[in-house]
Amino acid sequence: MSQLQNFTKGFIKENPVFILLLGLCPTLGVTTSAINGMGMGLATAFVLVMSNLVVSLVRKGIPDKVRIPSFIVIIASFVTIVELMMQAYTPDLFDALGLFIPLIVVNCIVLGRAEAFASKNNPWSSVVDGLGMGLGFTFALTLLGGVREVLGSGALFGINLIKADLMLVFVLAPGAFIALGYLIALINRMTKKAA
Amino acid sequence: MEYFVIIIGSIFVSNIVLTQFLGICPFVGVSGKLSTSVGMGGAVLFVLTLATMVTWIIQYYVLNPLGLGFMQTIVFILVIASLVQMVEIILKKVSPALFQALGVFLPLITTNCAVLGVAILTIQKDFNLIEGVVYAMANAIGFTLALVLFAGIREHLDLMEIPKDMQGVPIALVVAGILALAFMGFTGLV
Repeated sequence: MSQLQNFTKGFIKENPVFILLLGLCPTLGVTTSAINGMGMGLATAFVLVMSNLVVSLVRKGIPDKVRIPSFIVIIASFVTIVELMMQAYTPDLFDALGLFIPLIVVNCIVLGRAEAFASKNNPWSSVVDGLGMGLGFTFALTLLGGVREVLGSGALFGINLIKADLMLVFVLAPGAFIALGYLIALINRMTKKAA
Repeated sequence: MEYFVIIIGSIFVSNIVLTQFLGICPFVGVSGKLSTSVGMGGAVLFVLTLATMVTWIIQYYVLNPLGLGFMQTIVFILVIASLVQMVEIILKKVSPALFQALGVFLPLITTNCAVLGVAILTIQKDFNLIEGVVYAMANAIGFTLALVLFAGIREHLDLMEIPKDMQGVPIALVVAGILALAFMGFTGLV
């Protein structure tokens, strides 16, 4: 597989959210607006790239039996870095995402890529894989956040498009499930037609 | 009375799955059948309560006195992971029957964000140890309730005719949305 394919597979074909259905908790929890979705996506992407790189660098030194705990420690360290950085430089976003920042640790995508890809491939491919998957995740979260923001409050990235009371339910919890359900159905339809 | 508010609040008003979005992975993944959801619920109840207790003690007697609050994420996840492993080993020796019932679900729980989420929320909400344990148990019951309700609906969904693109996860998510809508009716109860 070429590096380009390796990079682009995360967007549609192996999109972590729409196709693999990994990391649904933050996907549903933070996407009340496009900007929150994007912030969460980028934070996760950073953790993914860095943990993939480190896991790939140390993959030969870690005994097979303790590899999962070791991966978790590596991931948790980068999550802590992101957490402290966001608290310092983007306090608004930090407050909006709240609990879901430390929960990047248990996001199945990060551990999943470390185990399935980075522990078997060289550092360069692992970084590309992490970047592709991370941006695919960001794309999914921004899309879902955008849909919910437009339908729920008539705005996109905080800019008002329509001045009216819309379907408030889409900003609330039930709307998250319903919007994602229909988005996945739409992607199913599109990818099956292409195939 | 205080405990009563915590219990009702965590089970119904701010249900961990349907309003807080924690533990969605097992919610979507495991909830195909009623029997497996009950098993998963039992395993979560066990681990969640234990994990919250241990992480609370570590936070207040180790991390806070040493000024290591920023290590919370790393320490908590390690504690939870080793706790799950330990529970697995002990259960295997002490009660093979219970291990048989919960065994397959235990490893999955480490990456269940409900466990880490509740442990962190307990600290954020400044609960004391007993309140924390009550909170953890109530959340686990709320998780089980959502899982069981959802599994019951999904068993019926299998018999329905559903448009091809909506089959499987999409229809499950839409149903979960409607279930969440129903739970919104509890808002303002406490």
